[in-house]
Amino acid sequence: MSNNAQTPPSGGRGAATLFDKIWDAHVVSTVENGPTQLYIDRHFCHEVTSPQAFNGLRTRGLKVFRPEQTTMTADHNTPTIDQDQPVKDPVSRHQLDTFAKNATEFNMPLFYPLGHTNNGVVHIIGPENGFTQPGMTIVCGDSHTSTHGAFGTIAFGIGTSEVEMVLATQCILQTRPKTMRIIFNGKLGEGVTAKDLALYMISKLTTGGATGFFVEYAGEAIRNMSMEERMTVCNLSIEMGARGGMIAPDETTFAYVKGREFAPKGEEWNKKLAYWKTLKTDEGAKFDKELVFDAAEIQPMITYGTNPGMGIGIKEAIPTLNSIDEAGRISFQKSLDYMGFQAGEKLEGKEIDYVFIGSCTNGRIEDFRVFANYVKGKKKADNVTAWLVPGSWKVEKQIREEGLYDILTEAGFKLRQPGCSACLAMNDDKVPAGKYAVSTSNRNFEGRQGPGARTILAGPLVAAAAAVTGKITDPRA
Amino acid sequence: MILKMEKFITLTSTVVPLPIENVDTDQIIPARFLKATDKNGFGNNLFADWRYNKDGSPKADFVLNNTQYSGSILVAGKNFGSGSSREHAAWAIDGYGFKVVVSSFFADIFQNNALNNGVLPVVVSVEFLAEIFASVNADPTTTLTVELENQTVTNNTTGKLEIFAINPYKKECLLNGLDDIDYLLSKKDLIEEFEKKAH
Ligand code: SF4
Repeated sequence: MSNNAQTPPSGGRGAATLFDKIWDAHVVSTVENGPTQLYIDRHFCHEVTSPQAFNGLRTRGLKVFRPEQTTMTADHNTPTIDQDQPVKDPVSRHQLDTFAKNATEFNMPLFYPLGHTNNGVVHIIGPENGFTQPGMTIVCGDSHTSTHGAFGTIAFGIGTSEVEMVLATQCILQTRPKTMRIIFNGKLGEGVTAKDLALYMISKLTTGGATGFFVEYAGEAIRNMSMEERMTVCNLSIEMGARGGMIAPDETTFAYVKGREFAPKGEEWNKKLAYWKTLKTDEGAKFDKELVFDAAEIQPMITYGTNPGMGIGIKEAIPTLNSIDEAGRISFQKSLDYMGFQAGEKLEGKEIDYVFIGSCTNGRIEDFRVFANYVKGKKKADNVTAWLVPGSWKVEKQIREEGLYDILTEAGFKLRQPGCSACLAMNDDKVPAGKYAVSTSNRNFEGRQGPGARTILAGPLVAAAAAVTGKITDPRA
Repeated sequence: MILKMEKFITLTSTVVPLPIENVDTDQIIPARFLKATDKNGFGNNLFADWRYNKDGSPKADFVLNNTQYSGSILVAGKNFGSGSSREHAAWAIDGYGFKVVVSSFFADIFQNNALNNGVLPVVVSVEFLAEIFASVNADPTTTLTVELENQTVTNNTTGKLEIFAINPYKKECLLNGLDDIDYLLSKKDLIEEFEKKAH
């Protein structure tokens, strides 16, 4: 691992950003006129984007260079019921078997198949088991790798060719992104969650607004967040096109990491902690772009369209066609047609059919606490099918231990088994065509939750309110 | 060095127009087709949900099913390839037979994935893009010429030309059919040195 205290933190450039410090500490070499060869501390790997990479190693006759720096978990293409039974879909089963075969053949020590206590959605099990630590470079063949940035890491999604590069050399070639700082001053209002903050931000920046940038989040509202909430914010960085998002580590971060299975222990902990404390943006450091928002202005959010940038406050109306610039009108109208909505209409009170709580965005214990706390003593609406999918087996266990399970059962909800589930609907958890799903996941693209499915993205609290009323409902009401 | 990719030099072709913005990777290749363990066959499911009806028959109104349009250049609205990091999107585009995608803006990861598979993303100005759509609309036999060496894209109907940007290293790779792994493997000693120093 390379969290080295020796490297000059600013790389010799004077006042440095958090991003600069971590990036500079991981540069192995620079290609002439080209990208940087970046050393990767931790690689996460799942069954869908890795088989072709392992095949590539085979074709080239290569071994995995640093097997102990790759963590493997099956999550994307897995059922959320009967995980102790053989997977029914033969094609999915073959992909999972291939994953296991690759783990064995390449001697991968950190392999968590279905049912393993460390198994779950890749971006949930990483932090939960202490793999994710401040100052690291982290990659995974999944765009929401940005989640790990919540710990003060440079974490980003990569393609399968790059997975192969990391397996073969523990490095990738990357062009240094530009940096952006987004500051949230003030406090979030009552009933407004980290997810609302993120959806608000994406609606302001649009889905391409941060393309080419690496974002650092700062300000009072971010500082006040728990690690779970910070992960939700960083997770969604990619939805505005950012390469990744990060938050400087602080006492909240250190307390979260301490004592976890793969976290440093004893003397090693003290050494690391001293280094981690240096990981913040220096006074006067320059960003390529800075934005400031007022957290108090943010309302509970929902999306009305087919990309995460199409978000509005729950009490607001969908924009009118005239307010959209001309080049974007075809796409805007196409999007509304798909959703079955009209420009200019309000969505509060609309009936919905499905509620999904889960995914690497909102499948952590706090999300279930928020959900359970709201539905306590109420009943699930009859018209709603609810999928409650914990992000990992550890989350599942905690749901039971904290008594949330009983609250949920009493309110008429069932708990499923961990996995990505309806976030990308590779398994059977598909929303039928034309049905509306209030979903705590991260993407409302056409067909993302099943062919023809209509996704309304929201936070866990809005999802809870929808689950008990059967309608889009302001949870503060 | 292993020659994995085809060399890219110059290309003149008719185009397939897709004037939609924010085409995300879930549209390029929906998740349910990601169960394969090799890179082949994704071309058949490129834009599957826009391209086929539920029963698998082609949707007449989608551009890939319109015999007027063909060619190895896809021209798309801004922010093409947003969303997931799935390289399957690049495999699907490559597998279908596109060698170049032209747009006014690409998502980061998609751009990398395309380049790693020998598919060239060409970024043009908003005006140039609008003009290509207009030319193709008026005449589907409109061709574009893309020359990698001097980094130009020409609308052969209007004769207008734009220079596009590409990282010089990536350009070398494409011109010579080389990939990043070859480069990284040649740096193994540097990597080990880095690890020693970092401990
Ligand atoms: S939960 Fe969704 S976004 Fe997260 S890793 Fe799984 S598929 Fe990707």
